[in-house]
Amino acid sequence: MATRARVTPDISRRLRRSRRPMLPSAVVSLWVALVILPVVPLVIWSAAFSWRWPDLLPTAWSGRAWRYVFSPTTQVRAGLIGSSTVALLTMMLALAIGTPAGIAVGRMAFRGKRAIELLLLAPFIVPGLIVTMGIQIVFIHLRLADTMQGVVFAHLMPALPYVIISVAGVATNVGVQVEEQARSLGATSWQTFIHITLPLLRPGLAVGGLFAFLVSWSQYTSTLIIGGGKVQTLPLLVYAFTRSGDNPIAAALALLFVAPAVVALALASRTLRVRQSVVGGRL
Amino acid sequence: MSRALVTRYALRVTRQRPTALLLLLPSLAVIALFLIGGVGFAFAQSLGMFALLGDSEVTLRHYGDALRDPDLRAALVVSLRISVVSTLIALILSIGMALLLRKRLRGDGILRLLFQLPLPIPHLVGAVGITLLIAQSGLIARLLHAAGLLEERSRFPLLVGDRFGAGIVIVYVWKEVPFITFLLLAALSAIGEQYEEAARTLGASAWQRFRHVLVPLLFPVMLSASLIVFAFTFGAFEVPYVMGRTYPKALPVWAYEGFNNVDLNQRPEALAVSVLIALLATVIVLAYGSLSRRLLTNGR
Repeated sequence: MATRARVTPDISRRLRRSRRPMLPSAVVSLWVALVILPVVPLVIWSAAFSWRWPDLLPTAWSGRAWRYVFSPTTQVRAGLIGSSTVALLTMMLALAIGTPAGIAVGRMAFRGKRAIELLLLAPFIVPGLIVTMGIQIVFIHLRLADTMQGVVFAHLMPALPYVIISVAGVATNVGVQVEEQARSLGATSWQTFIHITLPLLRPGLAVGGLFAFLVSWSQYTSTLIIGGGKVQTLPLLVYAFTRSGDNPIAAALALLFVAPAVVALALASRTLRVRQSVVGGRL
Repeated sequence: MSRALVTRYALRVTRQRPTALLLLLPSLAVIALFLIGGVGFAFAQSLGMFALLGDSEVTLRHYGDALRDPDLRAALVVSLRISVVSTLIALILSIGMALLLRKRLRGDGILRLLFQLPLPIPHLVGAVGITLLIAQSGLIARLLHAAGLLEERSRFPLLVGDRFGAGIVIVYVWKEVPFITFLLLAALSAIGEQYEEAARTLGASAWQRFRHVLVPLLFPVMLSASLIVFAFTFGAFEVPYVMGRTYPKALPVWAYEGFNNVDLNQRPEALAVSVLIALLATVIVLAYGSLSRRLLTNGR
């Protein structure tokens, strides 16, 4: 009996799996292989010393690019610090400003809601390049141009909708009853917000904050225009080394640049539902 | 969206629900400031106001100059072509992928995870990786040479910096297919299978079920996804900046380089072009607005 109990679920699992057809898996696998393919030359180039046409692999390997990338004396360190500081500040500001709006959109009914939702989502569509070019003169007058604060403000607009949409998604589904119970037990509205609403919104805050971080991390144009080259971030370095034709360092930087995004995807894929991963497509 | 319209809505909201307005205010302020302020100041500067050099003026001259510029017309054609082609190819591939990913597959978890890989990867990195893959001395050309299928790298098709912008299209398709696919998958799961089952019992073939049941049901999502992708690729700068040719340039690259020119007199004309790009994007936002509810409410 003991063996049977152990074997049966195993067999039924195997049966279920074998009923899944081969062809769709094969087609999707082929596409996935194509999707991963651009990573391969990045990995090889980052460790290459000399990789001339038509060699399939480099004739000489070198750790130069990776040593350069992790050396404390190069501008990469400044880029890493710049990128992380700006992205963390953008994330915190976007969470502070966007969370209330997400709650309002997610669970309140008000007139003009569609127009307001549309306005809140507009940064998905209106090109950031145009907005940044227009607003640069305002930032110059406010002495925000060429400063890190200025770059953070410039990143805020594209990051905000992600926080709003993530919080709204969670706020729709959870908590109203629990909050009412807390209120009926005598909690003030502030206590209710801190002890009930915020913990219930945590998944939305985590996903929204993650996206806000990644949006800021990926920004290139707005950093260039508002930062004026004074604020160094990783994407600016990736572009500079690509243009100068130093493929090994460009490739190593590109991989370093992608690392947090890929880690985040792997972590988030456990908690993300389909709609939220859809949101990530606009990075 | 005009400021008056926003104020009118804000006033209505106040009467209705003071808390909602209070909660929305910070976000609305930031987004309105950037959108209205950003596009507004771009417009003012395109009219010759806030000139960095010389006297400020108000004129439509820069629009005339921009529209008469043959380089600009070439740039417009390049950008439209890249956006239309990328959107169509990505949409068709995504429909296929969504239909395949609808059922559980063998190796489902890992396939789905890797399928999403391009979503968080910045366009810039995609452009660099794909350039090193498909350029004439890229990895694919090397593989073909090793297999004896390619003698000279100059015989390999020019995909980066070509007239058509093939490499740029490849990057956009690579990046946008998971995005559109997941929009379609969300819609498919909301629709359920009952309509297809009904069609099947009535004797519809697989193609008929797709053409007459799924396509009409999915059409709003296909449309809104295509609009988002079209508007994005039309206004995006990084990929054509890295992979494009010097002539003709993509429209955003043309605008940025004019904006950044050492000759500051170029700036108003560049901003005139950027206002035209923003105008087109706004039209698309309004079209998308009628469909956006589906996005926010997950098709419910």
